Amino acid sequence: MLAMDYRGPKRVRATQKPMPEILHPQDAIVRVTRSCICGSDLHLYNGNVPDTRVGMTFGHEFTGIVEEVGPEVTKIKVGDHVLVPFNVACGECHFCKQGMFGNCHESNTQASAVGGIFGYSHTAGGFNGGQAEYARVPYANVGPTVIPEGMDPDDAVLLTDVVPTGYQAAEMAGIQKGDTVVVFGAGPVGIMAARCSWLFGAGRVIIIDKEDYRLEFARNYANCEAYNFEKDMDDPVVFIKKTTDFMGADCVIDAVGAEAAGNAMQTITGRKLLLQAGSATAMHWAINSVKKGGVVSVVGVYGPTDNLIPMGNVLNKGLTIRGNQASVKRLLPRLIEHVQNGVINPKALITHRIPLEEVADGYRLFSAKLDNCIKPLLVFPSANI
Amino acid sequence: MENTLRDPQKLPGWGIDANPENDPTYPMREPRLNVSQDPDSKHRPASLQPVEVEVLKSIERPNVSAVYGESSPPVGLSGMIRRFAFKYSESHYGHWLPLLLADRVNVVEGIIEDLGQGKVPNIFAEKGYAAEWKHNRTAFVAKMATIAAVTAGSILILTRDKKKKRKYRY
Repeated sequence: MLAMDYRGPKRVRATQKPMPEILHPQDAIVRVTRSCICGSDLHLYNGNVPDTRVGMTFGHEFTGIVEEVGPEVTKIKVGDHVLVPFNVACGECHFCKQGMFGNCHESNTQASAVGGIFGYSHTAGGFNGGQAEYARVPYANVGPTVIPEGMDPDDAVLLTDVVPTGYQAAEMAGIQKGDTVVVFGAGPVGIMAARCSWLFGAGRVIIIDKEDYRLEFARNYANCEAYNFEKDMDDPVVFIKKTTDFMGADCVIDAVGAEAAGNAMQTITGRKLLLQAGSATAMHWAINSVKKGGVVSVVGVYGPTDNLIPMGNVLNKGLTIRGNQASVKRLLPRLIEHVQNGVINPKALITHRIPLEEVADGYRLFSAKLDNCIKPLLVFPSANI
Repeated sequence: MENTLRDPQKLPGWGIDANPENDPTYPMREPRLNVSQDPDSKHRPASLQPVEVEVLKSIERPNVSAVYGESSPPVGLSGMIRRFAFKYSESHYGHWLPLLLADRVNVVEGIIEDLGQGKVPNIFAEKGYAAEWKHNRTAFVAKMATIAAVTAGSILILTRDKKKKRKYRY
């Protein structure tokens, strides 16, 4: 089968690989119909996540048709068209029982902080991902969800990560009616977080980035105020203080993570020298621009080592910081309802359709933000949908 | 660009998930379970994936998880470095820094593997330069020209130094 193949930082290709096999009685094999490149895939692509091994196939946002199931799989059957949450979760452990499907204790041997994630390095379990014609899906009774009849597969594929992660970012921010919410990062997740902030009754939503085309997209898609931190302000923290009568935002969402720009020291130590687990510029701004007693919600992905953030201000301002990988399975029923009712329109985020054979160009396009790319979708010769 | 916005309360779905009780929110919204409240806190799935490839295990957990990813088991020099890294906990630089080193060593191993199979990696294609050429040509050409100039300059300087040394010798 044809599959994306990681060869090293900023080097990937499409290559022929062996077909996946059933390795556990609760496994399924799916023929992938849609697969996206995620902003967090770029952390792997750039070589920032430790234990990212050559030969791995990335991809944690995918849908597919069930081709084969293991003997203990009862919830889906061959022929079902399913969306596959990015979390690999057993549904039975101490953490899954609490709805923490992103923290499953039985899907990642290599690290204890995060549960398994498809195609996301051995630090997230070493599973091959869905940027391939076929993929192995463990715990097929738990994660894969049959795509409701009539739902566009382009909407479904974004329900595997982007929509739940953006929604959970707003949820974890504890937004109350009338709150001012600031979102750092106008990538797909940031845009979705801004859109979902309104669902929780936000009174004002501000998104900050440095790419004008993304800000314009966010302004139209999420009906939020959009500002360029390189052009519209000298200092994002002072800008937010001024625009909130020097109180600070009630809630701030970090939807950037390790690849943040905007601070030379953070960029050099975090992204160039890898002395930090990525550049924590957005986190820095979030802590300093939220109001006293406010909430910082983190969905931007950082590496597993250390970051320089102003902990003294967390203490002195009495902040609450929440973060987690999205618990996709927990959120799906509500989010499917929102998509079906037209409250959220995920597929509008997709700007590029790229054949799997050209996956290297897709990564470069997305990483370098070329051709006004918001969200690239990989298309498969064998998908037939 | 101006921020001319619609009244948010007229947006589809405004406030439909608002909930004054949503603070504290996920993951602490429901009463948190401690192990004494969970009668089966050590529950494991009935079936375990047979361990048929080498799986490196964090020393912060007791066992290999019930399922694991079988991709790219540790091999070669990078594999040796990874095994060393897994002697340390995730809170230790001795774990993460060797893993980053192993990743870089693994890149070289990947190229050697390709060459061993008679395949010369197409670095231009693998780096996605076709996309740069199509959408960002001027900057791309400038970048490549700069790299070429710096490389040529470096070679020139290194070569010139060698000649000087020879002069002194004779």
